[in-house]
Amino acid sequence: MESKKKVRLIARLDVKGENLVKGIQLEGLRKLGDPHEFACRYYQQGIDELLYIDIVASLYGRNNLSEIVRRTCSDVFIPVTVGGGLRSVEDVRHILSMGADKAAINTAAIKDPTLITQVAESFGSQCMVLSIQAKKSRERAGCWEAYYDNGRQHSGLDVVEWAKKGVELGAGEILLTSVDCEGLQRGMDLDLIRAVTSAVNVPVICGGGAGKAADLIAAAEAGASALAAASIFHYNKTDVPRLKAELRAGGLEVRA
Amino acid sequence: MNITVIDYGLSNLLSVERALTHLGAQVTITGEADQIRQATALVLPGVGAFHDGMDGLDRLGLIPVLQEKCAGGTPLLGICLGMQMLFEESEEFGLHKGLGLIPGRVVRIPDLDAEGNPQRVPHTSWDPLLVPEEGALARPGQDFAGTVLGSVQPGQECYFVHSYEAKPAEAQYRLADTVYGGRRVCAAAQKDRVIGFQFHPEKSGPVGLALLKSFLELCEG
Repeated sequence: MESKKKVRLIARLDVKGENLVKGIQLEGLRKLGDPHEFACRYYQQGIDELLYIDIVASLYGRNNLSEIVRRTCSDVFIPVTVGGGLRSVEDVRHILSMGADKAAINTAAIKDPTLITQVAESFGSQCMVLSIQAKKSRERAGCWEAYYDNGRQHSGLDVVEWAKKGVELGAGEILLTSVDCEGLQRGMDLDLIRAVTSAVNVPVICGGGAGKAADLIAAAEAGASALAAASIFHYNKTDVPRLKAELRAGGLEVRA
Repeated sequence: MNITVIDYGLSNLLSVERALTHLGAQVTITGEADQIRQATALVLPGVGAFHDGMDGLDRLGLIPVLQEKCAGGTPLLGICLGMQMLFEESEEFGLHKGLGLIPGRVVRIPDLDAEGNPQRVPHTSWDPLLVPEEGALARPGQDFAGTVLGSVQPGQECYFVHSYEAKPAEAQYRLADTVYGGRRVCAAAQKDRVIGFQFHPEKSGPVGLALLKSFLELCEG
């Protein structure tokens, strides 16, 4: 019997100030409410992991999620990844001390790749999630460029090469977000997912663009180890048990 | 119930503390040998590299203390790296000695699955707890009744994240398996009152909390 592909289902919570927000292509933010309440609801419904991103942190140079993470981690007993504005081993240590399990780092890793190794050596590679915001390259067809500062700045780095380098430096997981597809709910960038997941041997969390179960199933078949979604959950289009049932019906294995 | 969580400067203790507190335990977090000598129940959490963990315990003079405590019957739960350190040795970044509380060693998860296809390492997944196929604790086709895992049904899932796996020297120390890449992987091990969970019970939702509760009950009994 061929074993089914097992995936983790992750709710992504973008936070600005005290609010859960959701944008389109990382812009045009809409306020949705208290992130902690959303986190608790998803936990009770059986989500596998939570991903908190402080989406304005890079602009201000610091992550402001401490208090929200602390509250959530007192009530929620599943893995929590936190990203946005983490710049140093000390920043990571602080957010872990609030209860986070993993740190997602984008901007600071691009500016100083040795940070990846420092974080992996200090807290283990399972803690070091390299966050990559990928946008289709205008210059080179079939390639993607890594962006930072919430999709505003381009780095010149080729996404596949950067992913490989990140893993060599110690990243234990990659969070891959398609800026082109993000928030549109019209499906994920499957070519991107295939390119990155076949280039590295660590788990890749894929996000950006999922609007329905079929989008997530396609991403899993393209190679994603975990699926991050926001709009699907936040707008009450479905709930976790219903979505998991649809994923199972589509041939994936997910946690009961 | 008083539980002492061992702080050796490496890991994220907060999650373990919160989960235990949530279950009504009183938690002391300490790395001091004298306090650990007084403990009635111990939890050894851990993430990171094996030798860093053992170095941390060594610097605090805790290796003989933990060995004495366990020989004296104090229950000890090792979680993730904390479980791996219970064994005799690990091959992570060269061969390193462990606490030697459970016979066996710790090896790297293979890069290829059972069918020879590449598999991702670390193993990061919610995977089922299964009754081992052989050994004293194993009753194939049955459940975990009568063990610290008695509150879960075989097949219920816990959260794993690890690049190395424990290989108990004898099947009798295997308490539960999981499956990764088509191969059985040791998910829980036990010798006397020394217990190891490779998964993170503090991050495994209601199933994980039920397991920690069982450990607390074992400590009281």
